[in-house]
Amino acid sequence: MQQMKQAKSAAYDPSPSRLSYRLQRWMLTPGIRMGLRIIVPFGLTLAIVSIFLSDERRRDALNQFVVELRASIQERPEFMVSLMAIDGAGLNLAQDIREVVPLDFPISSFDLELEQIRQVVTGLDPVKAASVRIRPGGLLQIDVTERRPAVVWRTRDGLAMLDRDGVHVDDIDSRSAQPDLPLIAGAGADKHVAQALQLMASAQPLGKRLRGFVRVGMRRWDVVLDRGQRILLPGDYPVRALERVIVLNQGNDLLERDVVVVDMRLGERPTLRMSSAALEDWWRIRKINGDGQ
Amino acid sequence: MTDLYQAQRTMRSMRQQALQRGVVAILDVGSSKIACLVLRFDGTGRLSEDTSIGSLAGQTGFRVIGAATTRSRGVKFGEVTAMAETERAIRTALQAAQKMAEIRVDHVIVSFSGANPRSYGLDAQVDLEGQVVTEAEIARVMADCDVPEYGAGREVLHAQPVNFALDNRSGLGDPRGQLGQTLSVDMHMLTVDEAAIQNLVHCIKRCDLELAGIASSAYVSGISALVEDEQELGAACIDMGGGSTSISIFMKKHMIFADSIRMGGDHVTSDISMGLGVPMPNAERIKTFCGGVHATGVDDRDMIDIGGDTGDWEHDRRTVSRAELIGIMRPRVEEILEEVRSRLDAAGFDQLPSQQIVLTGGASQIMGLDGLASRILGQRVRLGRPLRVHGLPQSATGPGFASAVGLSLFAAHPQDEWWDFEIPNDRYPAKSFKRAVRWFRDNW
Repeated sequence: MQQMKQAKSAAYDPSPSRLSYRLQRWMLTPGIRMGLRIIVPFGLTLAIVSIFLSDERRRDALNQFVVELRASIQERPEFMVSLMAIDGAGLNLAQDIREVVPLDFPISSFDLELEQIRQVVTGLDPVKAASVRIRPGGLLQIDVTERRPAVVWRTRDGLAMLDRDGVHVDDIDSRSAQPDLPLIAGAGADKHVAQALQLMASAQPLGKRLRGFVRVGMRRWDVVLDRGQRILLPGDYPVRALERVIVLNQGNDLLERDVVVVDMRLGERPTLRMSSAALEDWWRIRKINGDGQ
Repeated sequence: MTDLYQAQRTMRSMRQQALQRGVVAILDVGSSKIACLVLRFDGTGRLSEDTSIGSLAGQTGFRVIGAATTRSRGVKFGEVTAMAETERAIRTALQAAQKMAEIRVDHVIVSFSGANPRSYGLDAQVDLEGQVVTEAEIARVMADCDVPEYGAGREVLHAQPVNFALDNRSGLGDPRGQLGQTLSVDMHMLTVDEAAIQNLVHCIKRCDLELAGIASSAYVSGISALVEDEQELGAACIDMGGGSTSISIFMKKHMIFADSIRMGGDHVTSDISMGLGVPMPNAERIKTFCGGVHATGVDDRDMIDIGGDTGDWEHDRRTVSRAELIGIMRPRVEEILEEVRSRLDAAGFDQLPSQQIVLTGGASQIMGLDGLASRILGQRVRLGRPLRVHGLPQSATGPGFASAVGLSLFAAHPQDEWWDFEIPNDRYPAKSFKRAVRWFRDNW
């Protein structure tokens, strides 16, 4: 026994045994190599995962775990939103916005659909544009650009404020609530607010006498003054026609006279309609001055 | 003759198969080491774009991806003497080379140096049937060669046509398509002992490998150690291995003679071992580090520890002078070189126009060998190293790897041999089905 052991250690044999030689050659075969490197790990992983998921309870537990993990991350104080700040809106509008965006604060910022909130806020009539973002410190910041009411529109339903583009801003109860805004009326007047505003600018010399503008037949404007006077403007170039009337007024005090209607609808033939009393006076004076011409 | 065709053709088809697969192993079974290279054939052409040869001598069709060397066991004089031992050594080398290459190799090309190679010159002459030399005509003239009685128990290893002559024009490399009346061929045939080949083939089979070719190491080391013009103009390559020294003579890029001497570097080592009374590994170490063949005055004072681990202090502390060592080595080296000289003379090497001799192989690294060899073999002696090939590790570029590198060149660009040509019709055995098929193909 002793001798054999010694002989074995003395003659160290570096050569591989037949088995290890064959095994190595087998492992170096390209197909086997690929199988061991790719297919076996893949299959093993697949098997483990499918065995794990084959049990209902484990699947539920996994889902539960995922949900809890999500919640624990989302509900960290860094991600919580506790306040909504609205800039650029009046009190009423801010109130409206708070009504249409009903959020229960504190809420996680992962649960906030900013784009959807923005759409809802922009959908409000008085809002021209809005931007919604989350500010550091857990603040939901809504910046609103409000529509500026430019005119008051009187319809059968009541009074409404429109902005320059004719978009409805708000309803008001009485004219006296917005005395500084020009008044327009008539069907289709809201489509031509810009023109009304141009007329308003030209009508500045009329001062306090101006009562408002009436859209007639959805095609032209009437300027309504106090004492029941009206200026009938043509459909085309109403501003120029109005300016002609104002020039006449400044030269001849046209509107101070007993004129009911100044009809400018035909530019080459402006027409005046006097009140019936003035007309009778006119006839009487002609009679006095000499019958006939 | 037909079975020779069959065996060699089987190996050829194996080689084709290996080239298609792209990976082949090169196994140089020597007496002192077994070298294994794994080649990958990537299919690039022989020449670079500008059709110049380039720095790698055009050997760019393959790449060495694995190389391993192991101590040879069970091989003496280049022949397998202990099959199980040899098989283990081959397994070791092959496993290491495969591991380096990271690919499994199934086909192997083997070279060995021993088995008493003997050269024969063959010639034949035929009248052409038509005016044009066709491949069939070449096959016919080669089949017409008088095969000498090389004796029972011998096998033809190489049979290469080295020269064709058409009428009175000689020195044709490729006579196909030329016009003439009579075609004659000179062939070089190399026979070796059948038993040696069979042992080696058996070892390879036991390693689960397919044999894709066998070459004589004399031939393949000539391919790699001789540069192109030496092969063209004529030169002798002396591959001094461990157990045997092979000689090959090249002319016009063909081997025209090969021989082998059953003496090599191991004999020098055993002389040192006997002369100094040291074990063989010690003797080998002393030979490699301190050996030489020219003693000078300073060598008398240069003492070498010859060592030993017997435990006897006096015995383990012996020293010899380098001059003594040289005195032991030189006679044996001289003897080898004298034997080479006599073999070359017998082959008629002194009649050749060019007397270039190239020494290569592991034993050619003995210091001062070129000086000694030029005294014995003639003035034009140089030490040769193998050609550079792609991917060969630095450790495998020494002269000891000439036959391994040559074998990879041989694997990439084999020379036409006898069995690469079709057997002429009338040489087929009667009633052969192949013969019927051939007749059918020729006549329809």
